[in-house]
Amino acid sequence: MLLTWFLLVAIMLAAYVVLDGFDLGVGVLHLFLARTEEERTILIRTIGPVWDGNEVWLLAGGGTLYFAFPLLYASGFSGFYLPLMMVLWLLILRGIGIELRMHLDTPVWRGLFNGCFGISSLLLTVFYGAALGNVIRGVPLQRHGYFFLPLWTDWKVGPNPGILDWYTVIAGLLAAIALALHGANYAALKTTGELNRRARLAAARLWPALVAVTALSLAATLFIRPDLLDNYQRLPVLYAIPALVAGSLFGAWRLGRNGRERAAFLCSSAYLALMLAGAAAAVYPNLLLSATDPSLNITVFNAHSGEHSLAVGLIWWSFGMALAAGYFVFVYRMFRGKIAGKLDGHGY
Amino acid sequence: MDEALLLHRLQFAFTITFHYLFPQLTMGLAPLIVILKTVYLRTGNPLYNRAARFWAKVFGINFVMGVVTGIPMEFQFGTDWAQFARVTGGVIGQPLVMEGVFSFFLESAFLGLFLYGENRLGRVGHWWAGLAVFAGSWLSGFFIIVTDAWMQHPVAFARNAAGEFQVTSFWGLLLNPWALIQYAHNMCGALTTGVFAMAAVGAYYLLEERFLEDARAFLRVAVVVGAAACVVQIFPTGDLHGKFMAAHQPVTVAAMEGLFKTEAGAPIVILGQPDAENERIDNPLVANDVLSFLIYGTTTASVQGLNAFPKQDWPTNIPLLYYSYHIMAGLGTIFVAVMAGAVFLLWRGALFRTRWMLWILLLCTPLPYIANTAGWMTAETGRQPWLVYGLLRTTQGDSQYVNAGNGLFTLLGFMGLYGILAILFLFLVSRTIAHGPAEEVAPGIASGAPVTMA
Repeated sequence: MLLTWFLLVAIMLAAYVVLDGFDLGVGVLHLFLARTEEERTILIRTIGPVWDGNEVWLLAGGGTLYFAFPLLYASGFSGFYLPLMMVLWLLILRGIGIELRMHLDTPVWRGLFNGCFGISSLLLTVFYGAALGNVIRGVPLQRHGYFFLPLWTDWKVGPNPGILDWYTVIAGLLAAIALALHGANYAALKTTGELNRRARLAAARLWPALVAVTALSLAATLFIRPDLLDNYQRLPVLYAIPALVAGSLFGAWRLGRNGRERAAFLCSSAYLALMLAGAAAAVYPNLLLSATDPSLNITVFNAHSGEHSLAVGLIWWSFGMALAAGYFVFVYRMFRGKIAGKLDGHGY
Repeated sequence: MDEALLLHRLQFAFTITFHYLFPQLTMGLAPLIVILKTVYLRTGNPLYNRAARFWAKVFGINFVMGVVTGIPMEFQFGTDWAQFARVTGGVIGQPLVMEGVFSFFLESAFLGLFLYGENRLGRVGHWWAGLAVFAGSWLSGFFIIVTDAWMQHPVAFARNAAGEFQVTSFWGLLLNPWALIQYAHNMCGALTTGVFAMAAVGAYYLLEERFLEDARAFLRVAVVVGAAACVVQIFPTGDLHGKFMAAHQPVTVAAMEGLFKTEAGAPIVILGQPDAENERIDNPLVANDVLSFLIYGTTTASVQGLNAFPKQDWPTNIPLLYYSYHIMAGLGTIFVAVMAGAVFLLWRGALFRTRWMLWILLLCTPLPYIANTAGWMTAETGRQPWLVYGLLRTTQGDSQYVNAGNGLFTLLGFMGLYGILAILFLFLVSRTIAHGPAEEVAPGIASGAPVTMA
């Protein structure tokens, strides 16, 4: 039961990263890829009908975390108070950026909301990466399971860390590059002509950086947290995950170069999901690692809700997610294919 | 109260109050738009489809504001109320996830289709999309009410040795009687905001002598639905809610009514300022025996005053609670009078040329927002000093590791950001109303956010 809910939370967060990931990637890239306001509008229209639904995965995932592992939710959210509030502000800015920009057709209005949308998307990717970095590095958990982290201290990984240190900055950078590349693959899939060419070029240029930073972050992780390999040693089949990560990276490059847009997009999706799977496999059964004393770790065993809640929850959760999956299939089908260049007033 | 706790309370109060300005209109307009679409579908009169399109534009802008200000709410349980979240996750985590899973996915999937997919979906398909958005928004409201109702009137739970609450009955939690009454009452409140908004725009156009046909359609629908909603708001939903509260939160009712001492044949205070220090009402205007009658159905019944309860269990801010309740109830009564008058004039065929009534409808626009906010303040300041009524005090619920300085920093951040959102919202809605429900508009400025139009 506990492993099931751990997996469900992990799957929801992975779904969020993969789905809203390309929204964020497109948000970052539109600043660089679009040369005219019309091109920008086409790029943003590739995510227009889906971004809000994709963001719901964050709410549903966060809610599921609250429901299944209340101690983790309480400890993590209050401990990461400052960066989380900033993430909320950025989500607000991203939302109004994308939704309000088309209301007026004047250079200042458009410039304001385009910039708002692009910059908040970029900062969100960095924050998400750094957040994951914090979870893997560990936080100074106190005896009752709480902590509080300032934004930064001495930028070192030690007993008194901040949200940002050299390790979490690498993680933030990794997320920014990975999501930008993912967004480029998505944009290539949904556009034609010149925009499509530029999106593919962006993906190709980001690729070497992604490989380098992935390798760097892996090495850094093993340097600061060698014990994360324990699960892998115990269950060597898990080594398939890093192998698949490498495979998906290779696929993203190879398929992208051959113009197989859908396959390349699936590869970057798989890359994101597998990186998260690799991290989840390494930390389980821990949910939040202590930076000082492993006995203080928050684990699935000490953080979960009552058995009855969790058992009943599985029923309605499955039912609700089946419905949600149905809506997603419907919406993505309504919206399949490439975005035409024509800008019309009504209808898709 | 320590400063950090005060800031956590202020932050939640501010963000939830601001947030709820938007969902009340979303939930109020959604059924009205479905009604307009239904009339169009049955009569084929394009006027009603144009009206539905116009209100969908307002709905779209409003919805964006509701979405972006709604996201912080779920997270604040963890960021600012960690101790509370830790012990209640097993219970109220459930309706919160259900909101995401059952209503947000539904709403987000169909909103884009409803706002911009009319051509692709066809008449009947578009009606269904509207219905899905309506269902999503009203379901969302239900799950939030279930969450609040459990804090007001905890049911279907067990508590373990660590003090953590766990659900013992799934249906018991969802069908909490408090939730059902509160939901009915709250949704009438949301409808009231919706109908007054629609009526006000109709009245505005008539007074401005623009879009006369559209304005009449707005007024017809708004006034008829509005009269019903405003009556049901008070009776039976408000009445039942009051009686239920009197049974389960008698100290709250005493504070709401400004009843400091237990009395047989208790009066209802219509006007007057509570003096909590000296435990009396200044310059009271009262109606004798009415409170006893409203609660117990007889004019002689004894109603418990605040003096019947230990002071530590009194609501923390009695004047605020008293005023919130009186503002809500007073405005609710005024709404019945306004809507009854308007529906009478409509029936006599005189509404559209009765300028004083059009002026009243126009000037009423902000009042339902005030009444809804005051109603929620009654519920939530009335719940104090508890987070979970009778079981977990507010002082035991906040995040201990988040200090006052950080709390103030984020509160100021929200205030600044929400100030900008308010300006943008008013600007865009005013623009939409000024532009009116005309058929075709200049390209690029068209219908809402074409990012969702693609």
